[in-house]
Amino acid sequence: MMQTTSSIPISTSEQPWVLPHRGIVGMTCLIIAESAIFLIFVVAYVYYIGRSLSGPTPAQVLELPILSTICLLSSSITIHYAVGALRKDNVRGCTLGLAGTVLLGAVFLMMTAREWYHLIHDFGLTIRTNLFGTTFYSLVGLHASHVVVGLTMLTIALALSLRGSVTEEHAERLEVLSLYWHFVDGVWVVVFTVVYVLGR
Amino acid sequence: MAHAPVVAVIDQTLETKRRPPFDVVYEWVTTVDHKKIGLMYIAYALIFLLIAGFEAVLMRIQLAVPNNHFVSPQVFNRLFTMHGTTMVFFMGMPILFGFANYLVPLMIGARDMAFPRLNAFSFWISAFGGLLLYFSYLGGDGLYGMGSAPDVGWFAYAPLTAKVFSPGHSTDYWTLSILLSGIGTTGTALNIMTTTICMRCKGMKLTRMPLFVWLMVVTSFLVFVAVSPLTAAQIMLTLDRYLGAHFFDTQAGGSAVLWMHFFWIFGHPEVYILVLPAFGFISEMIPVFSRKAIFGYPAMVAASVAIGFISLSVWAHHMFTVGMGPAGNTFFVFSTMVISVPTGIKIFNWLATLWGGKIIFKVPMMFSLAFLFQFLVAGLTGIMLSSAPFNWQLSASYFVIAHFHYVLVGAIVTALFGAFYYWYPKVTGRMMSETLGKWHFWLFIIGFHLTFDVMHVPGLLGMPRRIYTYEAGRGWETLNFIIGIGALFQTVGTLIFVYNMVRSYYHGEIAGHDPWDAWTLEWATPSPPPVYNFAVEPTVRSRRPLWDLKHPEDPDENYE
Repeated sequence: MMQTTSSIPISTSEQPWVLPHRGIVGMTCLIIAESAIFLIFVVAYVYYIGRSLSGPTPAQVLELPILSTICLLSSSITIHYAVGALRKDNVRGCTLGLAGTVLLGAVFLMMTAREWYHLIHDFGLTIRTNLFGTTFYSLVGLHASHVVVGLTMLTIALALSLRGSVTEEHAERLEVLSLYWHFVDGVWVVVFTVVYVLGR
Repeated sequence: MAHAPVVAVIDQTLETKRRPPFDVVYEWVTTVDHKKIGLMYIAYALIFLLIAGFEAVLMRIQLAVPNNHFVSPQVFNRLFTMHGTTMVFFMGMPILFGFANYLVPLMIGARDMAFPRLNAFSFWISAFGGLLLYFSYLGGDGLYGMGSAPDVGWFAYAPLTAKVFSPGHSTDYWTLSILLSGIGTTGTALNIMTTTICMRCKGMKLTRMPLFVWLMVVTSFLVFVAVSPLTAAQIMLTLDRYLGAHFFDTQAGGSAVLWMHFFWIFGHPEVYILVLPAFGFISEMIPVFSRKAIFGYPAMVAASVAIGFISLSVWAHHMFTVGMGPAGNTFFVFSTMVISVPTGIKIFNWLATLWGGKIIFKVPMMFSLAFLFQFLVAGLTGIMLSSAPFNWQLSASYFVIAHFHYVLVGAIVTALFGAFYYWYPKVTGRMMSETLGKWHFWLFIIGFHLTFDVMHVPGLLGMPRRIYTYEAGRGWETLNFIIGIGALFQTVGTLIFVYNMVRSYYHGEIAGHDPWDAWTLEWATPSPPPVYNFAVEPTVRSRRPLWDLKHPEDPDENYE
C-alpha cells in the first residue's frame, strides 16, 4: 500500500526511557581497541624474551621502577578524587585532584625519561641494538605516548578549572577522561609485570 | 490510539534554488550530517571500486593467453597488490560503513550519530589514506625513479617488506595508508557502536533492533579487536623500516612468522567485518520481498554474535603451509569448521523466511537470492580449504583465489548491489530502473559464474596465484580465457549499474517514502530524508514499527 504522506510511529503514554551516556560508551570502545593494540605489542615482547642475538640483556640493565609505578598508580586515586569532588560541586577539590594527577603523571614521565637516558647513554641500548631494545622501547614508548596524550588532556582540564570554567555539569566529561587515565594506569600494571618482572 | 500518524515536515532545503558550486562543495566538505558523510563514503568507495576493478581487468587481459607481455612482471606485482589493498581497505570497508552511516541512525530512530564531528574526521582520514596509497604511484621512488606503487602483495609478508628487499618509499605509502584507514575505521566503528547503544528511540530495545543494526554492532566490535592488531603491526613495520628496529628482521633474530600471525589475526576477522554487513542487507531485504517477518530473529542475533567471536580464533588457517605442528593445525581446522555452524543457522533462517512467503522478484530480491546460492558455495569451498591436508595441496593456488572471490564478489558485492537497488529510492527519492537492473543482474551473475566457477579448476590443476604469465600446454589456456570473458561480462554489468544510477537520479520514477511497503523506521521519513531525519521522535513497540502502523488491527507486539 502506498501512502502519500510520511508517517512516523509515535506514542503518547510512555514509561521512562534511559540510555547510557555516550561519552562513557565511546571511551569504553576506544579502550577495547587500544587494549588490542597493546596486546599485540605485549605478545611481541613476550615472544622475543631471551631471543636477542646480542646483549645487553634485561637482567643486566633494567631496574625496577618502583617509585614511578607508585606515582602513576596514585594518580589514579587523585583523578578519581577529582571526579568525585566535581560531582559534589566541590570545584576546589576537583582542581586540587587534577593538579595532583598532572604532577604525578609528570613525575612518572620524567622518571621514564631518566631511565631511557640511562639505558641509551650508559649501556648504549637503542631500538636497533637487539630484539630486547626493539621490543622494550616500543612497548614502554607506546605506553609513555599514551601518558603524554592523557597528560595533555589533563593539563587542559586543569587550566580550565583554574580559570574557573569547570562546573558540576562537566562531571560526566571529566569522568570520560578519568576512564582513559585509569586505562593508562592499568596498562602500566601489565607492562610492568611483563617487562620488569617476567622479562627480567 | 497508541499510534497516531504524523505528517512529516517536508524539508524546505530541497526546494531552494541552485547555489554556486563553491557553496555546495563547502557544504559537503564541512558537513557533519551522517547521511551526507555516508554518501561521501559510498561515492569514494565506488570510485575506488572502479579503479581496483580496472586493475583486475588489466590482470585478466594479461592472463587471458599464455606467454603474454601486455604488462611487465613488475607492473603485474603492483597491480595485484593495489587491487587487493584497494578492494579491502578503500572499497569494502568504506562502502559498508557508508551504508551503516546512512542507515543506522535512520533505523534506530535517531537524528544523527553519537559523535558527528568524529564521524567527519573518520571519513576524511580514511579518504586521505586512499589518496596516499595512490600517491605512491608518484611518490614511491620519487619522480626521477619514474615512480612505483607497492608490490609486496596485500598481506605484505616479511621479510619482503624490509628496507633491503623493498627500497624506496612505496611500501611506506602502503603502511601509512593502511594505518590511516585503520584509524578512520576504528573511529567510525566506535561511532556506530555508541550510536546504537546510546541513541535509540523510545521502545527500540536491543531485542527490537533491525538485524542490519545488530550486524553492524558485531562488525564494529570486530573492528576494535581485529583492525587494532593490524594498526599495531603497521607501527612495528614502520619502526623496522625507519628506526632500524628488528621486529620482523630475521637477521637479528626477529620472526617473519610473527608478521603472518599479526596480519591474519586481522585478516580473517576482516572477512567477517566485510561479510556481516552483507548479511545485514540480506536480512533486511529477504523478509520485505517475501512479505514475512524474519524467521528466528533471536537465533539470527545469536548466530551473528557467535560468528563474531569464533572468527577471532581461526586466523592461522591461512598459515597451514607454514608448519605449525599437529596441535596447532588441528585446533585451527576445527575452529574453522565450527564457524560454519552459526553461518549455516543464518542460511537456514533465510530459507525459512522465504518458505511459504509471497516472493516478489524485484531486483534487490534477485540479488538476495543469488547471494544465498553463491554464499553457500563459497562456504563449502571454505570448508574444503579448512582441512589442513587439502590446504597443503591448494594453498596459494587459484583455488584459494576462486574461494575468496566467491565470498567477496559472490556474497558481499552481490548483496551490496541488492542494497543499492533497495535503498536508492530512500536516498534519492527516485526508483532505479527495473529493466536496466535486470540486465545488470543477469550480465553480472553470468560473468561472475564464468569467472569464478571456472577459476577453481586451474587452481586444482596447479596454477599458482600471483604469476604474471604461464607456458602454453598445461591445460590452463582455455580456462583462463573463459575467466577473462567472464570479467568482461562483469565489467559491462557494472557499467550498466553505474549508468542506471546516474539515469535514475534524473529520470527515475518518483519513489515516495515507502516504495517497498517495508517495515523498518527509515521508510517512515520522506525520501530523501530531511536533515533532522524524523520530525518527531518515533516510538517503537515491536520489531516492525511500520507494520504496526499500517495494521493497527494486528500489531506485531502481540507475537513477540
